[in-house]
Amino acid sequence: MNIMTETALESAVSDKMNGTPNETIKMRGQKVCVFYGEKQALFDVNLDVRENQVTALIGPSGCGKSTFLRCLNRMNDTIDAARVAGEITLDGEDIYDPRIDVVELRARVGMVFQKPNPFPKSIYENVAYGPRIHGLARNKPELDAIVESSLQRAGLFNEVKDRLHEPGTGLSGGQQQRLCIARAIAVSPEVILMDEPCSALDPIATARVEELIDELRQNYTIVIVTHSMQQAARVSQRTAMFHLGYLVEEGETDKMFTNPDDKRTQDYITGRFG
Amino acid sequence: MSLMTVFVAVLAIGAVAFFLGRQRALAQDDGGIKPHSRAHYHGWWAFLLATMPALLLLVVWGVGSNVYLESHVRSQLPQQSAESALANPALAASLTKSLANGLRRLDAQTATNPPATFSELQPLLATRGVALAPDTQDYMIPVAVDANRTQDWLSVIGAVLILIVSAGGAVLGLSQIQVRARARNNVEKLMLWGLLAASTIAILTTIGIILSMLFQTIHFFESVSFTNFFFGTVWDPRFAAAGSDSSEGQFGLIPLLAGTLYIALVAMLVAVPIGLMSAVYMSEYASPKVRAVVKPALELLAGIPTIVYGIFALVALGPFLRDLSAALAGGTSFIQAQSVLTAGLVMGVMLIPVVSSLSDDIITAVPRAMRDGSLGLGATRSETIKRVILPAALPGIVGAILLTASRAIGETMIVVLAAGVAAKLTLNPFEAMTTITVKIVNQLTGDLEFNSPQTLVAFALGITLFALTLVMNIFALYIVRKYREQYE
Amino acid sequence: MTDISMDGIAGTSARARRDIGLKRRYAAERRFRLYGVLAISVGLVFLAIMLVSIVSKGYTAFWQTTVTLPITFDAKVIDPSGKRATDPNVLIRANYPKLAENALIAKLGIDPGDKATVRKLKGFLSDGARAQLRTLVMADPSIIGTTRNVDILAAANIDSAFKGQIDLSVDESRRKVSDQQVAWMKQLAADGSLAEHFNKGLFTFGASSRPETSGMGVAIIGSLYMMGIVLLLALPIGVAASIYLEEFARKSRFTDLIEVNINNLAAVPSIVFGLLGLSVFINFLGLPRSASLVGGLVLTLMTLPTIIIATRAALAAVPPSIRSAALGLGASKMQMVFQHILPLAAPGILTGTIIGLARALGETAPLLLIGMVAFVADYPSTPLQPATALPVQIYMWANEAERAFVERMSGAIIILLVFLMAMNITAIVLRRRFERRW
Repeated sequence: MNIMTETALESAVSDKMNGTPNETIKMRGQKVCVFYGEKQALFDVNLDVRENQVTALIGPSGCGKSTFLRCLNRMNDTIDAARVAGEITLDGEDIYDPRIDVVELRARVGMVFQKPNPFPKSIYENVAYGPRIHGLARNKPELDAIVESSLQRAGLFNEVKDRLHEPGTGLSGGQQQRLCIARAIAVSPEVILMDEPCSALDPIATARVEELIDELRQNYTIVIVTHSMQQAARVSQRTAMFHLGYLVEEGETDKMFTNPDDKRTQDYITGRFG
Repeated sequence: MSLMTVFVAVLAIGAVAFFLGRQRALAQDDGGIKPHSRAHYHGWWAFLLATMPALLLLVVWGVGSNVYLESHVRSQLPQQSAESALANPALAASLTKSLANGLRRLDAQTATNPPATFSELQPLLATRGVALAPDTQDYMIPVAVDANRTQDWLSVIGAVLILIVSAGGAVLGLSQIQVRARARNNVEKLMLWGLLAASTIAILTTIGIILSMLFQTIHFFESVSFTNFFFGTVWDPRFAAAGSDSSEGQFGLIPLLAGTLYIALVAMLVAVPIGLMSAVYMSEYASPKVRAVVKPALELLAGIPTIVYGIFALVALGPFLRDLSAALAGGTSFIQAQSVLTAGLVMGVMLIPVVSSLSDDIITAVPRAMRDGSLGLGATRSETIKRVILPAALPGIVGAILLTASRAIGETMIVVLAAGVAAKLTLNPFEAMTTITVKIVNQLTGDLEFNSPQTLVAFALGITLFALTLVMNIFALYIVRKYREQYE
Repeated sequence: MTDISMDGIAGTSARARRDIGLKRRYAAERRFRLYGVLAISVGLVFLAIMLVSIVSKGYTAFWQTTVTLPITFDAKVIDPSGKRATDPNVLIRANYPKLAENALIAKLGIDPGDKATVRKLKGFLSDGARAQLRTLVMADPSIIGTTRNVDILAAANIDSAFKGQIDLSVDESRRKVSDQQVAWMKQLAADGSLAEHFNKGLFTFGASSRPETSGMGVAIIGSLYMMGIVLLLALPIGVAASIYLEEFARKSRFTDLIEVNINNLAAVPSIVFGLLGLSVFINFLGLPRSASLVGGLVLTLMTLPTIIIATRAALAAVPPSIRSAALGLGASKMQMVFQHILPLAAPGILTGTIIGLARALGETAPLLLIGMVAFVADYPSTPLQPATALPVQIYMWANEAERAFVERMSGAIIILLVFLMAMNITAIVLRRRFERRW
């Protein structure tokens, strides 16, 4: 696939020259606009997602952060009325190019949802689902290995190893969410999108998932939507602030939380609105 | 005075009570104390007091006097004496009743003093357009005259009583009107009882179904043994001549049950895959435009009465399949015009919209999160459907299939027209078989004598059918309910 | 994928384009979609075939061949003994077909003395001529002795032949119309006195053993009576029951039982209701067989669950905020229900009722058991008199052998379907028009 935009090429080249690998742009959105029917939900969003970093999208509810997230693996396609304009690239390829296959894209850009949504199947089957449909394992031992390593990485293996064949819906909320993360990891995606993954969890389970996100950063590029600024501060390296469909400010998390440029960001992180 | 007149009179008293009550309540409201209830509630309360007890009495009196009359007539008829040609007292009583009804058409003079013999009376009645059974006996004439007289007396007494109760109610209601009287609460309490009564009709219907069939069935098993019915493999009820007691028939349920289940099976083989796939397509793939056209069309298919399907099978599909098989086999057709296949196919098509609308509901009840979870992992739509949605919806779909199967088993008109009447045990779907419902219709249409096993067997078949479908329905409804609760 | 971005990155999952079997999977996807399209097409194609088959057989039933003849109401034929002034039976029993036959003989120019030819005229005109001419004479005896043009129905076979439904190339002995009759038919058609007219009789006649004089008049009236009874009973009872269950009843064993009962009754085979009607309404309560009243009661019991289920759904769809608002203003619960909830739920209730009525209108099986398969020639003046119903009339015609009955039957199906479609479309339109999203 040789379609690369010039910017992506430049940035990739410059990354290489700087020798700072974690500055590689994994995904880039340019002038992204989203319409739900007549209503415009996102306005000209330009945002880069850097490789092996956690990018947090924050902002008050209804600000468009989830909408943007769902553009990154084209989950908006499943909503009839939704229309996306602008350009989003993954490794320099336009993911809305007609030649791009949405199934393959989603295998590369996995997603974890707000509410844990394990399938009504066993724990094992939940994790094995992705590898199975994509044909990632040639035989049963390989599949077993993928399932085990995914559960390991999601930090769930020790808790469930004795009941792999019990229904995934029987786990606690936090465990269910980690199961969903394991399910996403099992496909070996390059990017994992997380849509408020902790909003349905209690504080202890949240802490566990946050730890996990930090560990996963080693191997995956992560974009997380969160409602909680503390969470963004804890887990992310970069933060993007959305408001009313506009990207207000974007930058390193530390800077965003200590010295934001925009007044709205300041107001939001100090709790004036949200 | 007929019941109808009394009914109207009671309503009239009620109406008067309503207006008087409202007037009175309005007059009492002098703007001092705030009345508890608005004036029309006082009116309604008076209306209800004037009508409800009276109408209740009307019903009780109506039923009661009929019962009394019946026993009165029976007691006057000679006990199965040698001269009475009619062995059956019920038949004699019913002949007497029709005679009494016939006499009412004559002018008053003749009706009270009719000719003594039936042969003289018959032409008189015939001129009034009354045709009576020739079995009517002379001795019934005085009994009939007496019955009419008694009935007249009963209705006069009843009418007077009812009107007194009604007027009394009205007076009571009017006398209760006071500024702080809680007329609204009274009216509403009565309304609540009315609502409650309406909702018990469902239970009464079920009880009615069970009792009505149960009694006749018990009656049936007095002359036919359990084993003959439930385990018999031959169905040959042999209509006996009316009145004679011979019940030599064979009443084997097995061939009917086999035919019922076989045809239902063929129908389900057609309906389930097609209906399920349609539902999947409609809920997961179809664009809103396609849905807007196809959905009403499928509803239309569901709205076509089964008789139309049956006739289509009888005049079009059956002959077509017969001729087709004749063409294929070179002369002799191996598919009969009425066959398990024809009936099953047409019934299957009839059930397609049933399966599809039931499973459509079930499939759309699967939460969106399941779809998103699967699509988010890079599954294609069909993979999502096959591996996530359908397994998740499976219990509900099983329930839907059971409900459909119960429809298939109880379906009547298609099989009456397309399946045939021959009660055979065969595995060949190209031959005719018959079903429980067909036999119920066969045994109960046309002229029949009610108390012979040949007609009573229809009730035994009916209760079997009811029990069969009841178990399936309740089980299916239970599954579907549990399924829905899971996702609520 | 480019190599550039791969450089210097360690530990990420395989970045090279993985083979995830896309080709195979998309083929499966297309196949699956195709199955869906096929499934829907099967249903729709069948619907189309069935409608085409019925309409093509039935549309001709709406025209009927009649012969316009100048009938001379000859007193010698009607009243040969001249006693009509004293004996009213004379006019009833007169030989009216003879009048029509004479007119036909004159019209065709046959020699009245040629008995052999005259005999062939039998079966050319419908026997319905008797009743038709009698009605004319009884209504106005002064027409005796005059001559007037009367449209007389042709016999069913002539009607079929004229519509081209009888294959005239078949040997004469093996078809139902003779060559002579065909020749007459053509002769009359040529001068315009034999022609097809709109078939009013299909809508007005009662039962008859002759296809050309049988119609659905009694069935339509019977069905109307029954629909009226169902509407009058099932709607109020159903709404009352739903209100109780949805708004007043606390969840208890008893309401659970009612609920299960209603859902089950909705799925009980219709024929079972017929058995109920036969043994309760006819045998126990002594209501007359074949009466629309009994049919109406049976259909009411059948329709109730449908109406209750639809009404409860409509009531449940009214948001609780409306209830709180009404109660908060001091309305009693009963006032809240009848003044606020019920009007808001009315469109839903109406839709459910229409659908229930449409189902009741097409229902046949239970009516067979309560004796509505009856030969009823006269209009029932009350619901207590014998009547038939539309679908039952169709069923009875389906059991007749003559092809002219098949034509009438198909015509009757068309009429029934038009009724049902009108009802269903009304329901769909109502639902769309009043559908409210809270």
